[in-house]
Amino acid sequence: MNGSASRCRRAWWLLAAVLAALPLAAPGFHLRLATEIAIMALFAMGFNLLLGYGGMLSFGHAGYYAVGAYTVAILTRKAGLPFASAFLAAPAATALVAWVTGFFCVRLRGYYFSILTLAFGQLIWGVIFKWTALTNGDDGIVGIEAPALLASPAGAYYFTLLLTGACVALLWMIVQSPFGRTLLAIRENTERTQFIGVNVNRLRLCAFVLSATFAGVAGALFAPFDGSVFPSFAFWTRSGDVVMMAILGGMHSFLGPALGAAIMLFLDHTITAYTEYWPFVLGTVLLCLVLFSPAGVTGLARTVAARRRAADRPA
Amino acid sequence: MDLSIALNQCLSGLTRAGILFMLASGLTLIFGVARVINFAHGSLYMLAVYLSYTFLRLFGPGGVGFWLSLGAVAASLALIGGALETGLIRRVYGRDPLQQLLLTFALVYIIGDVVKFVWGITPKSVSRPPFLEGGIPVPGGSFPVYNVFVIALAAAVGAGLWLMLARSRLGWLIRAVAADIEITDALGVNVPRLLTLVFMLGGLLVGVGGAAAAPLTAGALGMDVEIVILCFIVVIIGGAGSLLGAAVAALLVGLLESFGILLLPQFAVVFIYALMAGVMIVRPWGLFGVPGRS
Repeated sequence: MNGSASRCRRAWWLLAAVLAALPLAAPGFHLRLATEIAIMALFAMGFNLLLGYGGMLSFGHAGYYAVGAYTVAILTRKAGLPFASAFLAAPAATALVAWVTGFFCVRLRGYYFSILTLAFGQLIWGVIFKWTALTNGDDGIVGIEAPALLASPAGAYYFTLLLTGACVALLWMIVQSPFGRTLLAIRENTERTQFIGVNVNRLRLCAFVLSATFAGVAGALFAPFDGSVFPSFAFWTRSGDVVMMAILGGMHSFLGPALGAAIMLFLDHTITAYTEYWPFVLGTVLLCLVLFSPAGVTGLARTVAARRRAADRPA
Repeated sequence: MDLSIALNQCLSGLTRAGILFMLASGLTLIFGVARVINFAHGSLYMLAVYLSYTFLRLFGPGGVGFWLSLGAVAASLALIGGALETGLIRRVYGRDPLQQLLLTFALVYIIGDVVKFVWGITPKSVSRPPFLEGGIPVPGGSFPVYNVFVIALAAAVGAGLWLMLARSRLGWLIRAVAADIEITDALGVNVPRLLTLVFMLGGLLVGVGGAAAAPLTAGALGMDVEIVILCFIVVIIGGAGSLLGAAVAALLVGLLESFGILLLPQFAVVFIYALMAGVMIVRPWGLFGVPGRS
């Protein structure tokens, strides 16, 4: 047991070292891809706090992602605020929106929860799309600039990596805390958890706001990285993408969604070089996953590992 | 507001409601009976619109061609609906609802790309059949005959569907499965075949709706993910599984859309989502739904 724990720690250090040294080895295109993966990994892992740990499938998380992105865009481009304050305002604005909408969502269960989150996500999309005075509507807001230090590819990468790393550490603390454990209990049996005196809806709301806030941070990171924001950020298919990342990687593992994000973005950027029918490939992969390996890639890996262990064991 | 404008908006709202009803009735039926939320329903609609373009070119643009094409589209979609059920959706019955959602979501990607592959990226529009050209004079202008046809068609489809569900043996069986699938199964009804039939019926409805909508809207990529949200809204507001609910909600959404554009053009889209969120907060099971289901 001790051996595997230290091996696990060594693997973590190795991963951290590889990620930190990446700009030396992979400049340009791949560094941008890595930055984007880090942002989407944060989005997917934050989303999975709700899905994997809370058992709540939100189909409106792109709305919160967009709130984070648009807060940075509007405050820097329209209000002329410095980047730092705009960036700090993004999670706060997202948390506020998530709190108001989540208040209603967490009262519902199952399908109804998903559909109401979908409705609110689309409501946010509609507001962004139509409130042209504030958001430029369909044209989006372009020319969002990060401070010079963060504008270079390596600077943007390290900034994203640092923030994503901090958020992931925070997420780890959350899921290990009594709050995280209670969330699991709610997922497994809502009624029983209620019977032992837990205020289920309040806890669900906490998880909802936390999860959405991580999405908002991811959006706030993406806005200066890409330099522009568009209403499509909030459209429901974008929410579907993050659901896919979580499922693809494995919603019942902590890092699974990050792996899912990496796989999806990597495939997206490589397959689109060969065919314009990337969604078809993606859909087929998802279809096979649902039919043959519902636990995602990490679940598949676990099954294979367990089988191999069983095979190694002398009969 | 001018009365003639109001009348005009009312009629175009009714047209929209008619299309929405034909799509949403299939969706709500599938949800009520098979308990599957079909994200791919909008993709089937897109297929129907593109197929009517192809069939109209095949059968010619005349009146006969129109009816032949309508029938061919409806039959094709019924077959596609049945094939999707037997080939894919059947495998995830009784599994985590999440798996079902993902399966149909994957179909959205796949069907969207199939359409792009077959018909290309340029929008495809079809013209109205000659016998439905022209307008009916109304105070302050004229209203297209074709829209009146769509309203009448939707009403006929609704009435036919209701008659079928209320009076025919198949309708009884479908309602029995919706009420209690296990008991119905235990009574010796061939439930799997019935579920396939329900998906075929859903496909048929979306086929008729799509063929009727084709002359009003050009077939364009991306229409699938837009329409499916509206269909969801109609189903949810009306109450999942309720045919009457779908009719009432389609009217609400259609009229709200057309009058919303008139009153507050900025936020017409927002109204509909707000209406849906409002209904869900007050009555999560919808206006005509049954609480405690699903």
